[in-house]
Amino acid sequence: MPKLTAKSATLLVLAALIAVTPFFFPSGYYYRIGALIFVNGLAVTGIVILTGYAGQISLGHAGFAGIGGYACALAPTHLGLHPSLAVVLGAVISGVLAYLVGRPILRLKGYYLAVATLGFGILVSMVLNNERRLTGGPDGIAVPELGLRGLLKDWGLDLTNGEFWYFFCGLVLLIGAWIALNLHQSPSGRALRALHGSEIAAGTVGIDVARVKLQAFVISAVYASVAGSLVALQNKFITPDVAGFMHSIEMVTMAVLGGAGSVLGAIFGAGILTLLPQALTVFAEYEQLVLGLVMMLVMIFLREGLLPSILRKLRGRGE
Amino acid sequence: MTLLSVEGLGIAFGGIKAVHDVSFKVEPGEIVSVIGPNGAGKTTLFNMISGVYQPGSGRVVLEGEDVTGMAPFRLAQRGMSRTFQNLQIFQNMTVLENAISGFHLQEKGPVLADLLHLPSSRRRARAADAGARKLLARVGLERAADREAGNLSYGSLKRLEIARALAMKPKVLLLDEPAAGCNAVETEEIDHLIAEVAASGTAILLVEHDMKMVMRISSHIVVLDHGEKIAEGAPAEVSRNPAVIAAYLGTEEGADADG
Repeated sequence: MPKLTAKSATLLVLAALIAVTPFFFPSGYYYRIGALIFVNGLAVTGIVILTGYAGQISLGHAGFAGIGGYACALAPTHLGLHPSLAVVLGAVISGVLAYLVGRPILRLKGYYLAVATLGFGILVSMVLNNERRLTGGPDGIAVPELGLRGLLKDWGLDLTNGEFWYFFCGLVLLIGAWIALNLHQSPSGRALRALHGSEIAAGTVGIDVARVKLQAFVISAVYASVAGSLVALQNKFITPDVAGFMHSIEMVTMAVLGGAGSVLGAIFGAGILTLLPQALTVFAEYEQLVLGLVMMLVMIFLREGLLPSILRKLRGRGE
Repeated sequence: MTLLSVEGLGIAFGGIKAVHDVSFKVEPGEIVSVIGPNGAGKTTLFNMISGVYQPGSGRVVLEGEDVTGMAPFRLAQRGMSRTFQNLQIFQNMTVLENAISGFHLQEKGPVLADLLHLPSSRRRARAADAGARKLLARVGLERAADREAGNLSYGSLKRLEIARALAMKPKVLLLDEPAAGCNAVETEEIDHLIAEVAASGTAILLVEHDMKMVMRISSHIVVLDHGEKIAEGAPAEVSRNPAVIAAYLGTEEGADADG
């Protein structure tokens, strides 16, 4: 039974944080930051599946976020799709692209995926920047209203824009975390973690290593895509920055900082790296410097990531 | 039909013939041991049979099907499993999870069912869990089930690796030095386990340095020296064979060539 509790405990902690934190918000602005943390947390949960479970590194996941985001901008105007269906369309396109990019690459051992995804991310970003007539270029493009808030209002639940996106993104994050935790203890997830431990041994127990790596890559691409869609819908605007190289690095950094092997840890990492720039606005010029320093210190002294290391310390004290 | 037939298998690394023209057969329930001095090419032979290396020449035939150089996961699907001389354990998992991984082919299913924790996914996982606990009990590791695999002693890891391989209910099981680094008691336990597995009909191909163990449990022995088969037969025959004695004790010309 302890396995079951670990999963429910993670979800409970997450749900409690989402529900309780707003009581401490000094102003409505903080709902926005909260929602941003949840969206980043969602993308990073996908990284947990790819990097934490399967041990593969992608340096182009922002490309999928870009696809998800621009799907919400373009599909409603050009295809007449409802924005919610645009989210699904973006996720499908991202999944298919991940499959096409990953299939030839993941047959190879080593760091080919990192390099190939790096190229993929840059490609998506270039297309978004240069296809001005379609995407609006570097200036970005407007995204239609999701419309769910109005629907809730008709049902008698009147939320401010900030509140709505805070709770909506929180809910999506909870679902994303639930799915990732399901995977962890499932046969498919075990196969992913097995190949992370030893690809040779994974092969001898009959795991088709290339195939399950591809599964992880596609699933994590869908997470990034949905996160990109949520950012676009919330801001009602999107720029190619969402698909930029820095955003890809940020995702990996958040996961590794918090603890790529644990869903809660990675979301914790997303929280810290989303809040830190807010806290560091005073030293805006040194922001990158401080981030780099924090990252180095964590990698040197807390290699499992912040949260797992802290929990281990606490547990050690308890015994 | 022969279960496993190795026919003229050979491989060269940079012009040096590591294994040359080795043939033998393995039948269900047999324990066939491959012995030979260090560097004789035993592990290389294993790696070719189990698909880790692509053989330069010869064939591996499993139940009438040519499986030469087939990827290990495909061989696993056809009933061949192995353990490793230098241990291949999933260090990032618990002991129980390592054993459950051996049930991969039985417990795998649609990934969507796993993502959504559907009843079918839970059923598969539960069956594998129960099977794995039974196997851990069989190799004496049931009390270590929830420990991190990385924290186990060397002898325990050896047994865990065997348990994981047995989970696949293999038709052929390749064991690369299962008793290496184990004490006398552990060696005897592994010894019993191997005999038991063979008695249940699984063919066993064994590489082992512990000669007492090899002589005791083998039904058939293949002797390699410098990558070539120099003798083959029942334990009693092989131990009397002058070529084998020369390879192990060294003759004037063979003494320094072995390294």
